[in-house]
Parts: sequence; structure tokens; C-alpha cells
Amino acid sequence: MPLVVKLACRNLVQDRLRFVATVVGIVFSIVLVTVQLGLYLGFERTVTTMIRHAHADLWVVPRGTKCFEDPSLLDERKRAAALAVGGVADAVPLLIGFAEWSVTGGGTTPVFVIGSTLGAGGLRPWNIVVGSIGALAGAHAVAADKTYFDRLGVTGLGDTVAIRGDKAHIAAVTDGIRSFTTTPYIFTTLDRARAYTGIPPGRVSYFLVHLAPGADTDTVRRQLAAKLPSAEVLTPAQFSARSRSFWLFGTGAGAALIAGALLGVIVGTVIVAQTLYSSTKDHLNEFATLRAIGAAAGYVNQAIVCQALVSAVIGFLFAACISAVAVEVTKDSALPILMTPELTLGLFVLTVSMCIISAFAAIVQVIRIDPMRVFMS
Amino acid sequence: MISPIIAGKGISMRLGRGAGQVEALKGIDLSLYGGQLTLLMGPSGSGKTTLLSILGCMLCPTAGTIEVGGCDTIGARPEQLARIRRGQIGFVFQRYRLLPTLSALDNVRLALDVRGDHSRHATEKASATLDGFGLSHRRNAYPHELSGGEQQRVAIARAIVADPAALLADEPTGALDGDSGHGVMTVLARVARDPSRAVLVVTHDPRIVPFADRIVHIEDGCITGDESSLDRALRPAVAASCYA
Ligand SMILES: Nc1ncnc2c1ncn2[C@@H]1O[C@H](COP(=O)(O)OP(=O)(O)OP(=O)(O)O)[C@@H](O)[C@H]1O
Ligand SMILES: [Mg+2]
Repeated sequence: MPLVVKLACRNLVQDRLRFVATVVGIVFSIVLVTVQLGLYLGFERTVTTMIRHAHADLWVVPRGTKCFEDPSLLDERKRAAALAVGGVADAVPLLIGFAEWSVTGGGTTPVFVIGSTLGAGGLRPWNIVVGSIGALAGAHAVAADKTYFDRLGVTGLGDTVAIRGDKAHIAAVTDGIRSFTTTPYIFTTLDRARAYTGIPPGRVSYFLVHLAPGADTDTVRRQLAAKLPSAEVLTPAQFSARSRSFWLFGTGAGAALIAGALLGVIVGTVIVAQTLYSSTKDHLNEFATLRAIGAAAGYVNQAIVCQALVSAVIGFLFAACISAVAVEVTKDSALPILMTPELTLGLFVLTVSMCIISAFAAIVQVIRIDPMRVFMS
Repeated sequence: MISPIIAGKGISMRLGRGAGQVEALKGIDLSLYGGQLTLLMGPSGSGKTTLLSILGCMLCPTAGTIEVGGCDTIGARPEQLARIRRGQIGFVFQRYRLLPTLSALDNVRLALDVRGDHSRHATEKASATLDGFGLSHRRNAYPHELSGGEQQRVAIARAIVADPAALLADEPTGALDGDSGHGVMTVLARVARDPSRAVLVVTHDPRIVPFADRIVHIEDGCITGDESSLDRALRPAVAASCYA
């Protein structure tokens, strides 16, 4: 081990309590940042789940649509116009809307109904654990997620309830299709969804456009947009971005999460700066000795930065473990904390930069050091 | 002719500010020669430490010139002074100033480390230097496990491990009992036998006078005496260079 690293580690460990305080400070700050950013990522992901699972090449949406849950409607007859555009293989209608689910024991609970063709081009339920997509073709058949069984007052496959007065029969059970609004998603066919939501005939929510092989997305998008002036044509990425910006920034939730993360960074920096500063103050005589025996300022700074780095690495490791637990615990919740390799790497870089910035005050102190203090007894 | 390792001419130093300002040194000429142990003696507050730190490039004098190894150091910035110290000068302090979290060996190795020598050879050299001072069995001990005399010998090892041209010691026996002080001075006298190295020892302690080749007296910032008790054979050469 290089001597300067050894010196840094020994200086850190010498005052154990302060070292523990530093590490705890870093851990708290980084866990806070991780949770906030992880929630942000999780939120981003959750609000675009449906868009991701629709596997459409393009979305035809009512003009001004802000997010997937937007209640605006399109004229169903526009489908023919869409199909007439070169490069369009299919334009699958999709119907979404809120409906009232009558709980067996009495009372109602809102649900979010998604009606689509059961063929490959539609938005069909995934993660089916009991029953099948095919079964949804049966009379009154719907798919529900088992996470919401309690709320929906059902116990499993075959239960029959009513949605907006119409009979509904659970023909498929999914696992893990959760909504961040906590309103359960109910999948069914287009016609049944119309009945459940009360959306008038001739109106749909979206068209899921699938391109013919070899068609250029951008060209088709422009031609569709020209043909359908009352609608907008978006790529899944554009629609996701819209949904994200609506839910994250339209509601202030995203700003709150980012502000929380920022606060974590500030608190962490201040804590580390404070402990590094006081540690340096305690070791000033030693740093002065180093200077007296000829050490360059850079050498002494290295020792301080080393202390910061060692704290950063140890703090980060603890924080990563705690965050991993948080990720695991929230995995199946409505708002999971999401960790990606990029976020992990980013957090490591953040921890290290935070600690190095914190070393600044200590370094300034050491630069001003008077080596003459070594002669004082 | 023998040229000095450190040559100070007309050194004056004012310390402090305003009403508390002190003229600590008043136009001192002092040169240190290789192979000599020079004692700098004088009452408390006479300016010994101030002079030692100026000769050792730790402080810049208010007036006068310092040449180390023939190079002028006046006007050098703190970082340049640190480089000169690194290259030419070893220090020994009254309070040892060993780093408490490092072993004796690492404390000695540190002097090479700050000079950019991180090699295995550095460890061997540090180890050999400690051995030379009879500390081979204390290599892995920490400063708080060593006696005062042992700590000071480790400090001397740290000061000379990089072969500085000058070794400057401020009251190296000041915190030691008679026997330990004697041991430390024996080591310093041996270090001074190297003709390429000058040793300056600031002291109050009359018991170490027999170790000196030369004794300089300072009082109230002025040199009041400079007796050579050095090896007769060297005396003419030094004298000649003083008149050169
Ligand atoms: N930083 C300072 N500011 C003001 N005056 C100072 C400062 N350092 C030293 N002095 C004064 O300069 C004079 C010389 O001090 P110096 O420390 O060189 O004396 P010394 O001979 O080493 O004394 P001692 O034997 O007590 O160590 C003293 O009068 C001291 O009070
Ligand atoms: Mg003194």
C-alpha cells in the first residue's frame, strides 16, 4: 500500500467515532439520493408500462394527449384513413377508461379498463399466471391482477362481478401489472371495454400503428400526421416522454424527487466536509511536519483526498447494500425503486465527487499551514 | 578551499507586527561546512530557532542572502523552498514530530516517500538506516511505544535517510534525560563525520559541547562568538574559505 494511502487510512481510523460519523453521513446521504433517483426511475418506468407493452411502432393519439391515461377520444372511422397510408400494416384500435367495479360484499371501487383486440397487434395482458389470453374471448371475460384481489373483492379465476352494471367474469389472472395510481388495470376486449366504460360507439382512445416490413418510421409518421389533422402521431419514445413529463413534472412529483436527491447531495457534502475539516485540524501538526521535511503541497493534499476517497468508497459500499435491500423490498410495490447499472455507476461517481469537493476546505487549511509550528513545543 | 554547504550573509529577521514586532536577527553571517557539527548556543529568545529555520529554508529572512549548495534561495516561493528542503535539508525537532499513526520504519520511509521514492529500495534503505542507529528491533514499533531517545533516533534516521547535505536540529536533546541525550548526540556526531554533510545543533545544554567541532554563540539576534574546536587538519581550509 502506498505510504500516503496508509497514512490517510490510519488518520481516519485513529478517530473511530468521527470516521463512523463520516461514513454514516455518506451512507444516509447516498441512500437518500438513491431512493429519490430510484423512485424517479421507477416512476418513469411505471408511467410508461402500457406504452412499452403495446409494442406499437407508432401511436395515433387525440391532439393534445398528455399521457396514456388521458381521456380524450378519436373518431374510429379515422382507422381507414390510417390504413390507407403506405407502410402501415395495421392500425389497432385501443380503448381505455375508468369504470366502477362493484365489490361483491357491496360498494364500488374504480378500475382502469383497457380494451383491445386479443390478436398480436393489441395491448394484451402479460405475466398471465392463471387462465389465458384466449379465455378473454369468452362472454364477459376480463383479466385482473392478483395484487388487487383484496381491493376487487375477488379470490381468483372464475369469480363473477359487475362493472358499471355489466357482468364481468375473471378469465385470466396476471401478476405484477401494477399501476402507480393504485387503480387496478382490467384487460378485456374492445367491445366489452366500451360497455364497461360507457364510451359511445364510433369513438376509441388510440390506434396502435404497426408498420409493414421495411417501412420508414419517420416517413410514415409524417404521412399519417398529414392525413389525420385532428390527431397526433407519436413514436413510443415520444409518447413515453409526454407521459413522463406529465406525471413527473405536471404533478410536481418529479421535482419533489429531484429536490430530495439534491438535498441528499448537499447534506452529504456538508457532513463530509465538516468531518474532513475537523480531522485535518486535528492532524495539522503532522501535516506541518510533512511540509517541514519537504513534502510538496500536492503530497499533503493527496493524503487528504485519500482520506476523502476511502470514506467515499466505504460509505458507498454500505449505501449500495442498503439500497439493494430497498430495491428488493419495493420490487412488487406500486412505486418500485429502480436501480440500473448506469445509476449505480453515477451514484459512485457522485459519492466520490462529493467527498473530493468536501476535501476542499481541508485542503485550503493545509495550504495555509505554517511549517514553523513544528518548532513549537 | 572548502565551500560551505549553507552560506548565510547579512541575515536579518523581523518577526511579529506592530507594537509586538521583534528584531529577532540583526545582520548575521553564518556558514555551515561539511564534516562539521556546529553548535548554536544562546539564551532563550536570542534567535536560535529563527536562524535555524532561515538556514533550513523554512523561513525567508527580512534581509540577507542564503545559499544552499551554491544556489541562492532569496525570493523563492514556499513551494520552491519545500523543494530545496526536500533536496538538501534534514530536520530534527525537539518534540521529535514522528507521525503517531505510522511505525518507526514507515516514519523513516516517509522521508523518501515525500521525495517520490516509493520503491522497495526505499523500504530497505529506511530499514538499514534504522539498523545503523541500533533500532533494528524497534522497526515496527509505533512512536508511543518508543522511549524519547529512541523516538529522537528514529527522527534522525528520518532526517538523514535521503542523504541531505545539511542536518539541522533544534534542541534535539531538550526533551531527553542525560543518557538518552548522550545517545542522540553520539548519533548526530557520527552523522557529522560525513565530509559532505553539515550538521547544525541548536542547544542550551552545556553537556553536549564535547560533541561539537565548532560552537557559535548568539545573543539578542547577533553572533557573539564563533569558536572552532574542529579537527586541526580542517581548520586552515575553512579559515581560508572564510577569507576568500
Ligand atoms: N512568530 C513570532 N512573532 C513574533 N515574535 C516572534 C515569533 N517567533 C519568535 N519571536 C521572537 O523572536 C525572538 C527569537 O525567537 P527564537 O524562537 O528564535 O528564540 P530561541 O533562541 O529559539 O529561543 P528558545 O531558546 O526559547 O527556543 C524571540 O524574542 C521571540 O519572542
Ligand atoms: Mg528555540
